[in-house]
Amino acid sequence: MNAAAATAAAPRNDRLLEVSGVSVSFDGFKAINNLSFSIGKAELRAVIGPNGAGKTTFMDIVTGKTRPDEGKVIWGDRSVSLLRMNEAKIAQAGVGRKFQRPTVFEDQSVFDNLLMALRNGRSAWTVLFYKPSDEDRARVVALAEEIGLETQLARKSGELSHGQKQWLEIGMLLAQEPQLLLVDEPAAGMTPAEREHTTDILKEAAKTRAVVVVEHDMEFVRRLDCKVTVLHEGSVLAEGSLDHVTKNEQVIEVYLGR
Amino acid sequence: MTRLLRLLAACLFALLPAAAMAQDTDDLSEIQALLQEHREIIEKSSRRTIGPAIDAIAASGLPAAQDVLERWQAREMWQRTDDGLFFFTEEAGEDANGEDLLTLFDIATGEEVGTVLEDDMDQLKPNSGIRAMMGAALVRFQLTDPNDRVRNRALTAIERDAQDSHLATLRSVIAEETNPAIAARMARLERLLTIRFGEDDAERIEAIESFSGDLGVDLRATLNPLVQTELRVAEGEAPEGEDVARVLRPGSEALSKADAYTLLVREELAPPLISGDDQKAALVANIIDGQVAGIQVADLNTDDARDLAYAELVRQGAVEAAATEDEIDEIIDGYAFYEVYTATSPEVVAAALGALRSIDTKVAVNQFLDLTLDALSLASIYFLAAIGLAITFGVMRVINMAHGEFIMMGAYTGYVVQQIIPNYTASIAVAIPLAFVVTFAAGVAMERLVIRWLYHRPLETLLATFGISIALQQLAKNIFGTQARPLTSPDWLGGALVFNDVVSISYIRVAIFVLALIFLGVFLFIMNRTRVGLEVRAVTQNPRMAASMGINPDKINMLTFGLGSGIAGIAGVAIGLYAQVTSELGQGYIVQSFMTVVVGGVGNIWGTLLGATLIGFLQKFIEWFNPSNTLAAQTYMIIFIIIFIQFRPRGLIALKGRAAEA
Amino acid sequence: MTATTTNPAFGPGRRKPFVMRNPSVLVFLACLAIFTVGVTILSEGFGIGVISTSFIKTLGKTLCLCLIAVAMDVVWGYTGILSLGHFAFFGLGGYAIGMWLMYERTRLIVAESMSNAALPPTPEEISSGIATQIFGVVGASEFPPIWAFAHSLPLQLLAVVLVPGLLALVFGWLAFRSRVTGVYLSILTQAMTLALSLYLFQNDSGLRGNNGLSGLQNLPGVTASQDIVSMWFLWASAFALGAGYLLCAWVVSGKFGSVIRGIRDDEARVRFLGYSVEGYKLFVFTFTAVIAGIAGALYYPQAGIINPAEIAPIASIYLAVWVAIGGRGRLYGAVIGAAFVSLVSTYFTGGQAPSINLGFYTINWVDWWLILLGLTFVLVTLFFPKGIGGLFDLITDRRSPDRHGADLGPDQGALREKEAEE
Repeated sequence: MNAAAATAAAPRNDRLLEVSGVSVSFDGFKAINNLSFSIGKAELRAVIGPNGAGKTTFMDIVTGKTRPDEGKVIWGDRSVSLLRMNEAKIAQAGVGRKFQRPTVFEDQSVFDNLLMALRNGRSAWTVLFYKPSDEDRARVVALAEEIGLETQLARKSGELSHGQKQWLEIGMLLAQEPQLLLVDEPAAGMTPAEREHTTDILKEAAKTRAVVVVEHDMEFVRRLDCKVTVLHEGSVLAEGSLDHVTKNEQVIEVYLGR
Repeated sequence: MTRLLRLLAACLFALLPAAAMAQDTDDLSEIQALLQEHREIIEKSSRRTIGPAIDAIAASGLPAAQDVLERWQAREMWQRTDDGLFFFTEEAGEDANGEDLLTLFDIATGEEVGTVLEDDMDQLKPNSGIRAMMGAALVRFQLTDPNDRVRNRALTAIERDAQDSHLATLRSVIAEETNPAIAARMARLERLLTIRFGEDDAERIEAIESFSGDLGVDLRATLNPLVQTELRVAEGEAPEGEDVARVLRPGSEALSKADAYTLLVREELAPPLISGDDQKAALVANIIDGQVAGIQVADLNTDDARDLAYAELVRQGAVEAAATEDEIDEIIDGYAFYEVYTATSPEVVAAALGALRSIDTKVAVNQFLDLTLDALSLASIYFLAAIGLAITFGVMRVINMAHGEFIMMGAYTGYVVQQIIPNYTASIAVAIPLAFVVTFAAGVAMERLVIRWLYHRPLETLLATFGISIALQQLAKNIFGTQARPLTSPDWLGGALVFNDVVSISYIRVAIFVLALIFLGVFLFIMNRTRVGLEVRAVTQNPRMAASMGINPDKINMLTFGLGSGIAGIAGVAIGLYAQVTSELGQGYIVQSFMTVVVGGVGNIWGTLLGATLIGFLQKFIEWFNPSNTLAAQTYMIIFIIIFIQFRPRGLIALKGRAAEA
Repeated sequence: MTATTTNPAFGPGRRKPFVMRNPSVLVFLACLAIFTVGVTILSEGFGIGVISTSFIKTLGKTLCLCLIAVAMDVVWGYTGILSLGHFAFFGLGGYAIGMWLMYERTRLIVAESMSNAALPPTPEEISSGIATQIFGVVGASEFPPIWAFAHSLPLQLLAVVLVPGLLALVFGWLAFRSRVTGVYLSILTQAMTLALSLYLFQNDSGLRGNNGLSGLQNLPGVTASQDIVSMWFLWASAFALGAGYLLCAWVVSGKFGSVIRGIRDDEARVRFLGYSVEGYKLFVFTFTAVIAGIAGALYYPQAGIINPAEIAPIASIYLAVWVAIGGRGRLYGAVIGAAFVSLVSTYFTGGQAPSINLGFYTINWVDWWLILLGLTFVLVTLFFPKGIGGLFDLITDRRSPDRHGADLGPDQGALREKEAEE
């Protein structure tokens, strides 16, 4: 996925997620204001914006944590509305989300964390009688290799370093095999080497699915080398390649003018 | 003098023989003359003929008239056999021969006139009917007595036990009454008596209608007998032409089948019912060789078999025919059961029914008002109990299971103070601030020692404070024992504020309501108008930021917790005033207080107020539907809250936005 | 405790059976078996008579309390729902079996007394005789509708499971659906318990109001002495505890265990993994309620009487105290806590403990035990969040450091609450 390809409007049936005219307000404060956004089936997208631009709220809406006051969120080939589904249903439909703070189950081993995330039956009954098959275990090991934690499988994830936790979380997302991956500030608190690794993981992931990265760090965004959406005060300010948007005067004003 | 002359003239003409028999009317006192005039009917002493005599005495206007009537009524007036004169008497022992003696007094002056043998005198023995007539005549004297108290007492007596004769008496004196309060009372009584004893329907209906809008218990007591009904039974349909109140269906709540059947039996329309036990006894009495009417005893283990055996016994003539329970329905079906108005004419009944209906409506409205007052006072109690919790739970997100024990501690503080200071007013005045101080200190100690180590683990706080709650409760039990300790309220809080016959509220509850309002005001003032309040709000919203601005969150947390606990202590004194102080006092309020905070919405005093109001009103209104059962009311209220939380998980007044979702 | 942490062989291959992966389960079952056999040998009914029958009953009851503590640990220690309602389920189980015991025993007595009458009694007479016997104390003489199945042991046994299960299902569905969590949920469960006990306190609740059901220790139609019957119940309780422990250990191990511990630690994350958190919570809540009901059904025949006071919210809080003192998040901790605290409570409140004379004041344990318990509980919460079970870590941790981890530590840890994160 390069920026040029992404700039061209994707044909309708190529769209994976389409958010249109969404607004939400908290106690009178409009966190999201008539936001429209869409992404193709295999696309890497960076969402940037100053604090309070509505990035996290945007993700909350897509993942079902927050219900918008108005607007539509349409998903997938069959164009279902995500607004009528709860978080678990949306996740099952193929939306994976990585939080800003690494949230892994610290009390459990890396293996258990990944096993829990594997794309299998989610109902209580199925899980109760679940026995990990050979393929499942092989899949977990493969994922661990992908995120560079193959030697840490037996460790409690709480004992991992910050960066390792971030990767584990990304690994868990990949284990879910989502069609859309929402990643909130993955590079925060990472060493340069860890950042590079993270970039590789995300770019690799974007080859087979849509990935939305919310990020503050321009350097990291530049390294992702993808189409950028700039949010400001709850709506899209500019969209295009990073070079394109950084030349946009409004964007400059928003980022530097205050 | 002219009056006397006229009277004498009348005597002479009307009752010449009596006058002739008398010695010399000129020598007699006026009252004696009057009595002599009616001597014949007085001696006859018949209820039917005595009227003119009593009327004449009552109407004479003589000063001795009342005395005569009273003594006569009390059978203390005697007649001398030889000359027929009347005297008051007293027993005077016996003479030398053992004959009973009587001392005579003049009926006009009360002077002693000598002692005679009892055999020479005849006692006047008015029967109860006559005495009642005298009583009615006497009422007139009491009602015109110059002393207000006597008149009031007479009215009370009439109210308690009204006679039809009172009506006329009352009417005759009403115009002369000068005291406006008594006049009003007389007027009301006159109308009530008219309803009961009025001569024609129009008059009674008018009286009924004049009461429109009145709620008095006396009015209801007067009207209710008018609409009394009698249960009757008729074959087929209820007959026309009777003043039917309603037709009853046997088996309904108003008329059970058993009662309906009993009525039929009483009217001899159906054979008496045989009870299971009687039937059994009859069967047992007829056991012959292990068989009853040819059926083996061992087979009589069902009702059908027993009925069969009994029927067979009836056929054999061994026992009398009787209906069994199965046959009741069939028999009852053939009759109509209905109630008729029996007390008075249909028109008056209609008017009375209308009046009662409108009274019922008004009573319902007033009961609703009363209920609202009750609910309001319950709400203020919940508010008082919950406000401290709202502070600790709402502001600090710390759940304090020992909150109820702080309430208890406050109540015991009040009790201890009353042991030292006997004056109730002074002791309450000391107890309230002291309870605040005691529980404030306890709260601060608890915060310092336990809670501050657990700020980010609410469930652990719940458990730890629960441990404290167990310990405090047991400690109170060890110190004060298990029996309830009284916390007596001062006299000026003793009575009740009465609005009318239905609506009233005790002063303690008014005081608690006022206290709740004061707390609300103080809380709002502290939170919104003081530096401490500002700091508390700052720490609540963002402890780290507040700390960086020089606010010491530790200190603020400590103060907040102390404040919440202190308020619980004051609430304890208030609650102790009308509830029994036991070591379990707080337990009774803790769940309701949590409910109040949760329903109202955490972190908002108005939410707590709303929550307390909702829960208080809800509980009272559920009790209204099922007044006998406060336990059920609480059960239903909790179920309601569980369902309520479905729709408003964050309470009535919920914080919105990210803060609430985090 | 979980399978995979103790067994780092992640590659393909045959997995060891469940109990082999959880050695603590085997240890526990062995201990329970030794205990049961030991008590049997020492009992009056079957052994040398060292242990009195009343103490056998206490032990049997304690086993039932251990069983409900295990259930509480699953719902609280593993899933993070501090339920203050499980003792209500316990009580409902007791009521369900108590209805049959009371009905059947009264029926036998009534039938006995009527059998000498001149006429054989009709079914109606027997029924009204039983009803008068049972409900005379609350001024009723007819069976309330809820006693419709009291004559049938199988149906009442079914009720032992169904009544607590259904109540938990309905309540849990309402509560979890509206995403009530943390202390809110605790308070809500407490309210449910209070509502139930208040309801049962009423005379017209159909369960004899505050008189409760009594005479439950007598098994209808059984002529054996209490020495024998108490041992039967002890065996049954031990078996139920063993089976319940095994079942719970199986549930909390494996992937299901991972998910519920995930819910305990970070509910939102589990939700975004696509698991229906509400469904899991409801499952665990209902499942443990059923276990609690069974425990209650075994407890109250040994106690002999059940009344609404047993269900009061305070009982459920004591349950939490046992589990906390024993150690959350480990099933054997719950068992230890329940057994230890309830036996020590019995000792102190039973009046056997010697009073301590301080000269100026005599500490009478009947009065001071609760204060000691309350303060101990505060100390445990503050300083030993892992409870007594934490002591085992000191032994086992040296051998396998990853075995239990710092899941219940006071600083960063597993029992984080959503509210705490604000």
